[in-house]
Amino acid sequence: MTDTILDMRNIRKSFGGLEVLRDISLTVDRGEVLAIIGPSGSGKSTLLRCATLLETIDSGYLRYLESVAAKPGPEGGAEYAAKSELKKIRTYFGLVFQNFNLFPHYTVLKNVTDAPINVRKRGKEEALRKGRELLGKMGLEDKEDCYPFQLSGGQQQRVSIVRALAMEPQILFFDEPTSALDPELTGEVLKVIRNLAEEHMTMVIVTHEMAFARAVADRVIFMDGGVIVEQGNPENVFGSPKEERTKQFLARYSEEK
Amino acid sequence: MSFTKMLAMLAPGMLQSIAIFSLTLIMSLPLGLAVAFGRMSKWAPFGKLAEIKLHQNESANRSAFRRWLRKIRNYLLRGLSNFKPVQLIIKIYISIMRGTPLMLQVMVVYFGPYYLFRVRISASYQFYAVIIAFVVNYAAYFAEIYRSGIESMPAGQYEAAEVLGYGKGQTFFKIILPQVVKRILPSITNEVITLVKDTSLAYAIAYAEMFTIARQLAASLSSFVPFIGAAIFYYLFNLIVAVAMEKAEDGLAYYQ
Repeated sequence: MTDTILDMRNIRKSFGGLEVLRDISLTVDRGEVLAIIGPSGSGKSTLLRCATLLETIDSGYLRYLESVAAKPGPEGGAEYAAKSELKKIRTYFGLVFQNFNLFPHYTVLKNVTDAPINVRKRGKEEALRKGRELLGKMGLEDKEDCYPFQLSGGQQQRVSIVRALAMEPQILFFDEPTSALDPELTGEVLKVIRNLAEEHMTMVIVTHEMAFARAVADRVIFMDGGVIVEQGNPENVFGSPKEERTKQFLARYSEEK
Repeated sequence: MSFTKMLAMLAPGMLQSIAIFSLTLIMSLPLGLAVAFGRMSKWAPFGKLAEIKLHQNESANRSAFRRWLRKIRNYLLRGLSNFKPVQLIIKIYISIMRGTPLMLQVMVVYFGPYYLFRVRISASYQFYAVIIAFVVNYAAYFAEIYRSGIESMPAGQYEAAEVLGYGKGQTFFKIILPQVVKRILPSITNEVITLVKDTSLAYAIAYAEMFTIARQLAASLSSFVPFIGAAIFYYLFNLIVAVAMEKAEDGLAYYQ
């Protein structure tokens, strides 16, 4: 039980009349790296936003470790846990956004340490030490006094990864972490994620970088039209996809690249 | 009468103008923020009720009259569900404050109690009337400036804060408001400069501020010089305001 960090079952989500997630179920185990691929509008990002409580699900079951965030209610909809429980659940995960969403008025070090100090109420000394250590690990040791606008996109994204890691999450979500970057900057961010995978950080990565997903992920999910079309280990999904839609999607990608 | 002697006579008026300016600013800036929240309030007490009713299916074999009744009912329910009382009240308040002259508002606040309730107005009420009218008027303008700043903030800032576990208050005061202040500072500067000049509207109820005194002096001395003194005062006052606000903007220029 404790080995399953995230458990999502029968998740449904509609915006207006459009059903974006249609009965999605997935689990993520400790140490696992899951890549989610699929065309735009397939529901990948919405799935991530539902998992990170930025969107509420219409129906289904959502659990982190032993904490149930949402379960089917008496009338079929989703019944969310109490605020205090959701607050606890938010400590279990971190999220890295496509466009970083760093706090522009804070220095790099404050971006990374403010939440540990003022939300998690850790000691200031400890938080600063830990923040500096993580920045150093990401090759950002000389940037701690910079403001986000003084950094390149790749550096900003690495800071936002540090910001998430400083909260010591059990699982880290990435929402297309390199989509807002110039091609020559994607490498440095992917390398950082790859290092985290080698340290057995539990991660869910929504990405368009197929080669990266294939190299880093333990499991790949291909989504289209709000459903999981196919999943399995990367060699199978990329090497010999079973579903026609997966084949089409991967073929289109290899043409473009 | 020498120029310095005239200045000495204008001095108490200057102090009164500065008092109106300072008190209005100190009170209307925070009040404006509260008004902005009211203006952005989404509270709709009947929202849920109408939602349920609207989703009831209409059966096909009803008489035309009943279908017509049902249409009207749904129309009314839809209106009711969109009814946001706090937002509506604040909208009306802002509309009146911006749509009528401040001079008239000052007079309403000052003379209103007498005409409406036959309350005798004391001399000390004059100053309060000026401050009340100014604060209530300026809060409306500041509220719209705050709103424009708050609504221009990207959703990603709220989302990043939420995921990191910041509470609603922390998110607003630590993450959102500092950035809003930077964004709206040029508009605030405009309003503050207007306020310096608007203090002269207290003249409408003969309150002894700078402009009122300058006018009285000009009349009694049949001289234009007091007006020149007043003009120099307002100009210098605004020069200081402009320099101070520019300093404040420079102070916030360390990030983008």
